[in-house]
Amino acid sequence: MDILRDHNWVLSVGTFLPLAGVLVMLFIPKAEEQLQKAVALITALATLGVGVYTLTLFNYDRAGEMQFVAQTNWISVIKSTYYIGIDGISLPLYILSMVITVLVMIYSWDHIPSPGNPKAFLMLMLVLQTGMAGTFISQDLILFFVFFELVLLPMYFMIGVWGGENRQYASLKFFLYTMFGSALMLVAFLALFFKTGAESFAIPYLVENGGAIAKNTQVWIFAGMFIGFAVKVPMFPFHTWLPDAHTQAPTQGSVILAAVLLKLGTYGFIRIAIPMLPDAAMEWAPYIGLLSVIGIIYGALGCLAQTDMKRLIAFSSVAHMGFVMLGISTLTSFGMNAAVFGMVAHGLITGMLFFVAGSVKERYHTLEIARLSGMLKQVPHLAWILGFCVMASLGLPGLAGFWGEFPAILSAYSPMEGLSETTFRIYMVIAAMGTVLAAAYLLWLFQRTAFGEPTAEFGGSTSDAHGHDDHSDHDDAHHSDIHDVTIYEWVAWTPLLIGIVLFGVMPNLLFKLIDPAVAAIVTQIGG
Amino acid sequence: MFAEASTVADKALSSGWFLEHAFIIPIIPAVAFALIIFFGKKLPMKGSELGILSMLASLVFSVGAALQWISRVNGAAKEQYVEPVIRSWTWWDSGGFEFGIGQHIDGLSLTILVVVAFISSLVQIYSLEYLRGDRRYTHFFASLTLFSAGMLNMVVAENMIQLILGWEIMGLCSFMLIGHWWEEGANSRAALKAFFTTRTGDIGLLVGTSVLFFSANSWTQENLGVSGFSIRGLSAWALTGDPSHAAITVGAVALFIACIGKSGQFPLHTWLPDAMAGPTPVSSLLHSSTMVVAGVFLVGRLYPVFFEGMNILGSGVNLITVIGGITIVVAAALAFVQTDIKKVLAYSTVSQLGYMMMGLGAGAWLPAVFHIFTHAFFKACLFLAAGSISHSASHHSFEMKKDMGGLRKFMPITFTTWVISTLALCGVFPFAGFFSKDEIIDNVGHNGYTVFMVVGLVGAFMTAAYMTRATYLTFFGEPRGASAGESHDDHGDAHATHDPHDAHDSHDAHASHGPHESNLLITVPLMILATLALSAGLFNATPFGKSWERMAKWVEPSSVVVEDMARASVGETRGAPSAIAAEESAHKDSVCGTSTPATGICYAPQLQHAPFKWAKGAMSVFIVLMGMLISWLISVQMYTKKSGFFVGLTSRNKVLALGYRFLVNKYYLDHLYEKVIVHGIAHPIAKAAYWVNQNILDGIVNSAGLVTRRVAGWVYRNVDQRVVDGAVNGSGAVARGTGNVLRPVQSGKVSQYGALLFAAAAVAGLVLIIVNT
Repeated sequence: MDILRDHNWVLSVGTFLPLAGVLVMLFIPKAEEQLQKAVALITALATLGVGVYTLTLFNYDRAGEMQFVAQTNWISVIKSTYYIGIDGISLPLYILSMVITVLVMIYSWDHIPSPGNPKAFLMLMLVLQTGMAGTFISQDLILFFVFFELVLLPMYFMIGVWGGENRQYASLKFFLYTMFGSALMLVAFLALFFKTGAESFAIPYLVENGGAIAKNTQVWIFAGMFIGFAVKVPMFPFHTWLPDAHTQAPTQGSVILAAVLLKLGTYGFIRIAIPMLPDAAMEWAPYIGLLSVIGIIYGALGCLAQTDMKRLIAFSSVAHMGFVMLGISTLTSFGMNAAVFGMVAHGLITGMLFFVAGSVKERYHTLEIARLSGMLKQVPHLAWILGFCVMASLGLPGLAGFWGEFPAILSAYSPMEGLSETTFRIYMVIAAMGTVLAAAYLLWLFQRTAFGEPTAEFGGSTSDAHGHDDHSDHDDAHHSDIHDVTIYEWVAWTPLLIGIVLFGVMPNLLFKLIDPAVAAIVTQIGG
Repeated sequence: MFAEASTVADKALSSGWFLEHAFIIPIIPAVAFALIIFFGKKLPMKGSELGILSMLASLVFSVGAALQWISRVNGAAKEQYVEPVIRSWTWWDSGGFEFGIGQHIDGLSLTILVVVAFISSLVQIYSLEYLRGDRRYTHFFASLTLFSAGMLNMVVAENMIQLILGWEIMGLCSFMLIGHWWEEGANSRAALKAFFTTRTGDIGLLVGTSVLFFSANSWTQENLGVSGFSIRGLSAWALTGDPSHAAITVGAVALFIACIGKSGQFPLHTWLPDAMAGPTPVSSLLHSSTMVVAGVFLVGRLYPVFFEGMNILGSGVNLITVIGGITIVVAAALAFVQTDIKKVLAYSTVSQLGYMMMGLGAGAWLPAVFHIFTHAFFKACLFLAAGSISHSASHHSFEMKKDMGGLRKFMPITFTTWVISTLALCGVFPFAGFFSKDEIIDNVGHNGYTVFMVVGLVGAFMTAAYMTRATYLTFFGEPRGASAGESHDDHGDAHATHDPHDAHDSHDAHASHGPHESNLLITVPLMILATLALSAGLFNATPFGKSWERMAKWVEPSSVVVEDMARASVGETRGAPSAIAAEESAHKDSVCGTSTPATGICYAPQLQHAPFKWAKGAMSVFIVLMGMLISWLISVQMYTKKSGFFVGLTSRNKVLALGYRFLVNKYYLDHLYEKVIVHGIAHPIAKAAYWVNQNILDGIVNSAGLVTRRVAGWVYRNVDQRVVDGAVNGSGAVARGTGNVLRPVQSGKVSQYGALLFAAAAVAGLVLIIVNT
């Protein structure tokens, strides 16, 4: 398999390059803010460049196999190796993490949240990038765990230092909750390791041998992994850290959290929990499905009760990740394809929504839905982008969100053999109802914030009655903060907007990649 | 990828460039939309020229394809199955299957394509004048163009996913267009309501598509080489007797729920009248050929599925006819109590859609499709005429009672076109509506749905009556309100900055500020549409004999059994059922739809056509004329002579008062939906869920944290300090670990915690192993 091992340096370089940037930044004085930003951005761009190069090298005809595999000794005492590789499931997520980091860097150019200090902020972001990319390429459980945990610290500090008023509570809750899940996950990993003969932590090895473990034991081991991953996703009822973390996090943190970090959980299910413990997965699937549909409805209801825009978007993540998990719980290639597509789509769309929320906050200094009104009049481009994302988020066909949502619903009609069809068909109908609630809370958000006249508080009364659509009528001296989309924002957002349309119109760009990889995993379960 | 799975293999059937490339038709306006959005404002006509050009181009392509289709049909043998022109390219694949996007072109799709492109072109031309100077002129044309693109895409759709794409794009555009003047709360609420109500019905679309896909996929893959989303595959599958009855019934009912939402059928019709908040050209387009027709089209498109799922010819009643029948009467009754001219028309649309649905439900496929065709012309004309009145006479008001009356003298062209369209709508011979509506009523009775035939006749009577009332209020009597030159508050139409009208000018038809005829950009579309309202019925004029039934020949799919090569020679030509030639033995009464053909495939059920009888036609025309006459007499008494008996009748008679209140409140359906259901979910239920979230779920998390901290503190004080002073054993490490978990900020011992966690996890892992071995 030499072809697949060729160029196996690209993954390591793509993963650890950000750390080199961090190293450089360490030696640049804190005061050189522009230089710090430049170095960080260049590092992120270079990383993305390596990612794009990976894309060109990737053998798309063999997307179902691990490519660029590298394996060397690491911690031989516990038989853990540095073992990496990438396939059709990991690749889109790996690239997504790089793209998001670059865009967030661009956005940070003129949006460093208070209390400033771009040096530390950007360094944390680069470390975060290494953690995210590493998680998606790990082929060894210990390596996976290290990367998985590496992600926590930078995010913890991002929320805790650059967050909103209640940042202490939110960051601690985020950290402890995910740590709690990780602890159980690690227990499960170790149990799996010992039960398979303490031979290796390599994922392919465990996938091959995990199925031989007695079913009862599998169920218990799966429980540990389930909690670890479910907290990260987050699934109902382990989601309560998410709204707080999102609401308090700085915009950049929210974007990364929504776009990439949540996917670590769902990715864990697909890559680790389900193929390694197929019998347990069969046992657990109906319950995972149940929690997913509860999450869909519950998240939507949570959204309807919100008065804060950012918190609403956070709750919508609970609902959307419910669709992803529903797809996974069917254990069919149809459902998992939908799930992986849904992960990428949710990353693009919700990431974009958090960007918009951040920019609204920056302009209006509030995210109270009731106080915002007539944004289409004051900041037309921003409001149009919000409308676009709202439509994408509620699953409009032709935009990316649809391909995660509809196939997931579809797959629930016919779950894997051995799972109760009746149960999953009920889930299907409930999930379909969730799409209506999604339309309700998203349109309601859009209608109240974008339509109507701007409120007097934000200079609405002074605006021209024959207000025009161009962006020249909001240079109100008293509200100089309220301006339309800036050039940095355009640069940071356009790739996401293009991605949402592109994957919506040409879903096969992704499906073609995911399908063989998912098929390889489903064969593990189906035997 | 299907290498362009075009199935036009038989040499006996002609084809042509336009037919083969019909998939371009929706692409043209879609591209135009993007161009208008990005460059529209910089263009001399602010993007409207792109919209109009794209619609005209679509029209040319549609007509070209239609002509080629006609020659294809004419060239076919007498009993030959005229294969639709299907092309497909891979769009996405999942689970080892490939799913396509492409075109499915047959008589039905071409009929709707031509109508949509034609009406859209006229409406856009009309909008040039109607929305002149509007604050969002460019956006308006962009949305309108995308709206048409959505409909066109839905009509050419090769499979259900593509159909859903068009379906939802229309939903989006209706949201943008109804809420076009979103500064006002009422408009934005109406937009939300339209999108949300249709979206509620779309649960059925998603569920129904899923059910049908999984039920049909293995059959279609095996026999036709297409997916279970394919329209051709689903149609063929439905008629094989293969589907289990439960699956196809559930699928059909679920899809029909979506049609109820989209096509404004009872009880989800409530969004349609509110959708009048949008500019009038939007109403015209939305009500005549796009959006609301989508639901009817879906039933017609997947007719075999509904035919089998609802057992259409097997019983005297089914869900579609019941919903259609109720809608006809319920909506017509509401039209009587409206004072807004556009709302009268809106309810009349709802009622007419009820006819189409009822026809489809009762096996009158062709009359229903024909009614879509004729209705598009006269309903578009009526809406545009209403727009013309508000634009040039009533100062942007649509209130018949307050601001109209006597307008026939000032607006002769608008008046004439309105009257022609009204007669067509009512179904007076020889206007277009007569041929289609009468055919529906006739065939519904013929197929054994006697009760629904009566419903149809009652509906015809009511239609005639409420349209006469509206006509009287608008064009007869004395001018009132704005039409009489009284100035009053601007109604919020975008471009309303006319000077206050001078009361003395009001009778001068040529005064610039009084009521006057609209200019050519408005009247020419009106005249074209009125001409068609007059003549479109001749396209399928059953009364005049077989040679006039062109629609039956060109549009109705033939229900012959098609020899299926894939079945005959297994594996040889899988994926391309190339035989198009009909079975030699195929007789006029095909078995399709009634029993399973032994060999071969049916694509359409065998339907019957009621023979036309002049006596029946005369009877329905008589009913219509009676409706008009009675309504006219009452209107004269009530509105002009102010007869003491009629005026205030509803406040004197208690029963009538109750009925009137019931109607004015729209059967309290809006109350039910908005005050009870939506309010209930949005407020108590959502709030309760959120309360649970904050107080119970989060409470558990927080108190778990608190308890652990207390325990850790206690352990530290009592165990660590007193008992095990100095000795750090396993349990102490764990306890301190927990303590540190809770204070990483203060103590900064996160890294230390990590090590401890790792150790604790290892211990716990070992415990698990020991327990389990």
